[in-house]
Amino acid sequence: MSTVAYSPPKAEPIPVAGDYGPETRVDYINCAWGVRSWLLTVDHKRIALLYLFAITAMFFLGGAFAVLIRIELLTPKSDLFEPDTYNRMFTMHGIVMTFFFLIPGVPSVLGNFLLPIMLGAKDLAFPKLNLASWYIYILGCLLTLAGIIWGGIDTGWTFYTPYSTRSAHTSVMPVAVGVLVLGFSSILTALNFIVTTHTMRAPGLTWFKLPLFVWSSYATSLVVMLGTPVITTTLVLVAVERFAGVGIFDPKAGGDPVLFQHLFWFYSHPAVYIMILPAMGVISELVTAFSRKTIFGYQFVAFASMAIAVFGFLVWGHHMFVSGQSPYASTIFSLISYVVAIPSAVKVFNWTATLYKGSISWATPMLYAIGFIGLFTIGGLTGLVLASPPVDVHVTDTYFVVAHFHYVMVGGTIMAYMGGLHYWWPKMTGRMYPEGWAKAAALLVFFGFNLTFFPQFLVGYAGMNRRYASYVDEFQVLNVLSTAGASILGFGFLLPFGYFGWSLRYAKAAGPNPWGATGLEWTTESPPPPHNFEVTPTVTLPPYEYATHN
Amino acid sequence: MDEHEHPHVATVGSYVVIFLILVALTVLTVFTALSPLGHWHAPVALGIAVVKATLVFLFFMHLLHSPKLTWLVAGGTFVWLGIMFALTLADYWSRGIVGRYQ
Ligand SMILES: [Cu+2]
Repeated sequence: MSTVAYSPPKAEPIPVAGDYGPETRVDYINCAWGVRSWLLTVDHKRIALLYLFAITAMFFLGGAFAVLIRIELLTPKSDLFEPDTYNRMFTMHGIVMTFFFLIPGVPSVLGNFLLPIMLGAKDLAFPKLNLASWYIYILGCLLTLAGIIWGGIDTGWTFYTPYSTRSAHTSVMPVAVGVLVLGFSSILTALNFIVTTHTMRAPGLTWFKLPLFVWSSYATSLVVMLGTPVITTTLVLVAVERFAGVGIFDPKAGGDPVLFQHLFWFYSHPAVYIMILPAMGVISELVTAFSRKTIFGYQFVAFASMAIAVFGFLVWGHHMFVSGQSPYASTIFSLISYVVAIPSAVKVFNWTATLYKGSISWATPMLYAIGFIGLFTIGGLTGLVLASPPVDVHVTDTYFVVAHFHYVMVGGTIMAYMGGLHYWWPKMTGRMYPEGWAKAAALLVFFGFNLTFFPQFLVGYAGMNRRYASYVDEFQVLNVLSTAGASILGFGFLLPFGYFGWSLRYAKAAGPNPWGATGLEWTTESPPPPHNFEVTPTVTLPPYEYATHN
Repeated sequence: MDEHEHPHVATVGSYVVIFLILVALTVLTVFTALSPLGHWHAPVALGIAVVKATLVFLFFMHLLHSPKLTWLVAGGTFVWLGIMFALTLADYWSRGIVGRYQ
C-alpha cells in the first residue's frame, strides 16, 4: 500500500520564488492550456476558479447598485433617481447580492476547491454535474442580466405578491426565472457535496475527524436540498398566476398573498443559514490555525451546524409579524427563533474559548475571523431583538432591519469569504498575497463596514423606512455617515481585486503549508496536482492537532 | 454500489401493471370529480393522489428495494413537507380564534 500516514505539518519558513516553480511540477493550473481546457474541465479546482470569476463579477455588479443607492441617500430628496428608478436599484442590489453572490459564494468557490481535498479525495463524486452546475449558474446570471437590462425589476428581492403577479410592469419574469434556474445550480452542488462526504472520505477519516468546514458545508447542503425546491415551486406559481391568471396569491382571483410569504420565507429564512453556515465553517478553520489550538468543543460545533440546519426551518414566520399572520403563529415562530440562537451562540463561545491562551498571530485571515466574530454577534443579537413581535412591529421595514441583516451577511458571510480567500489563496494559486496591503484592506473593510451600517441601526430605530428614495431632513447626518462608510468599504473591497491579481505574477511562492496549519489540504503541493494528492492520504489524528507539535 | 448489494430487478411486467393501476386511478379521479360528493371531493381526490404518488415512489423510483439510507432521504423530505404544511396551517387555523377570549 502506497499511503502515507497523515501527521500535522510544522510551520516552515516561506520559500522564495523559484523553490516551487510552476515549470518544475505539474499542477492543476499548468496541466492543460487554452480556453477549452477551462470551459470543459471537470476538475473541481478549476471549476472553483470559474465560479470565482463569475461570482466576483456579480459581486461588483451588486456593489455598483449599492453605490448608487448610497449616493441617492446622501440627500433627503430623491434627486439623483426618480423613485421608480430607485425601486429598481435596491431590488437589483438585493437580488444580485443574495442569489448570485451570498448563497453560492462560499460553497461554490471555497467549498468546491476544498471539500474533496479536505476529504483526501481526487474530486467530487459527480465531476460533470459539478461543471453543469457552473453552466446553470451562468444561465441564471444571463437571464437575470437580461431582465435587468430589459426594464429592470422593482418588486424588492422578496418578489412579494400580489404586486409581483399583478401590478409590477417591470421584467419580473426573466429575473424570477433566472433565480429559479440558479436554484438548480445550488441543488447540484449540494447533492455533490453530500454524496462526496458520505462516500469519498480518505481511509481513517471518520465523521468526527472531519474538518469543521466539511461539517458546515454538509449541513448547508442539506438545507439547500430541502429548501430550494420550495422557492423553485413558488416562483413557478408566481409565473402561473402572472400568465394564466390562476388565483393562487391574488385575493381578487380567490388566492392569498400571505401564502406567498409563507412559501417564500420557508426557503428564504433557511437561505440565511445557507449563507452563514459555510462562513462559520471557514471561521472554525481560521481561528484554530491562527491561535494554534484545537477547536474548543469540536462535537458541539459540529452538531451546532446540524441543529442550525434543522431549527432554521421552523422560524420563517418571524418575517411575517405584520403580514396579517395570526398572533398565535407569530408567538410560536418567535419562541423557536430564540431557540435557533442557541447553536449560533455555541459556535461564538467555542471560537472565543479556542482563542483563550492560544498563541495568536494577526495574519490577514485572522483579522477577518476576529471581525466576523464581533460583527456576527451584533447581527445575531439584533436578530433576537427583531424576533420579538412587539419590537418588530415597531421597526418592521426600517433601516434597523437593513442594518441587522447586513451585519449578518456582510459582517458575517463576506468577512468569512474574504478571510477564507486570503487563507487558501496560497493553496489555490501557489502564491502568497502581499500581507501589508491585505491587512490594510481588511482594516478598511472593518471600519468602512461599521461606519456604513451602525448609523443605520440608529436611523432605523428612529423610524427611517427602508425602500424609499427620500427621507425627512433629521436623518441626513446619519445617512451621510453611512455613505461615507460605504465609500471606504467599497475601496476596501477593490484593493484585494488589485493585489490578488498582482500576486499571481509577482508574489513569492507559497510552498505547501505557509501557515503551518493542520488539515489535508496543507499536506499537498500549492497549487495541488491535478488529482490533489500524489498518494492517497491516511488519516490517523483528529483535526486541529496543533498541541502535539507546538 | 448499492445496486449490487440489492440485486432485485423489477420486471417489465410489474411496470406495466403499476402503469395500468395508475391509469385506472386517474380515470377514477375524473369519475369522482363528476360525482355529487359534496365536501368529500377534496379528501377523495387527495387520497387517490396519495395512493398514486406512493406507487410511483415505491416502484418507478425503486424505493421498495432501496437501502435504508434512501428511505431516510425520502422520509426526510416528507417530514420537511410536513413542517411546511403544519406551520403554515398553524397560521391559518389559529386566525379564527383571535379575540375570541377577550
Ligand atoms: Cu429569518
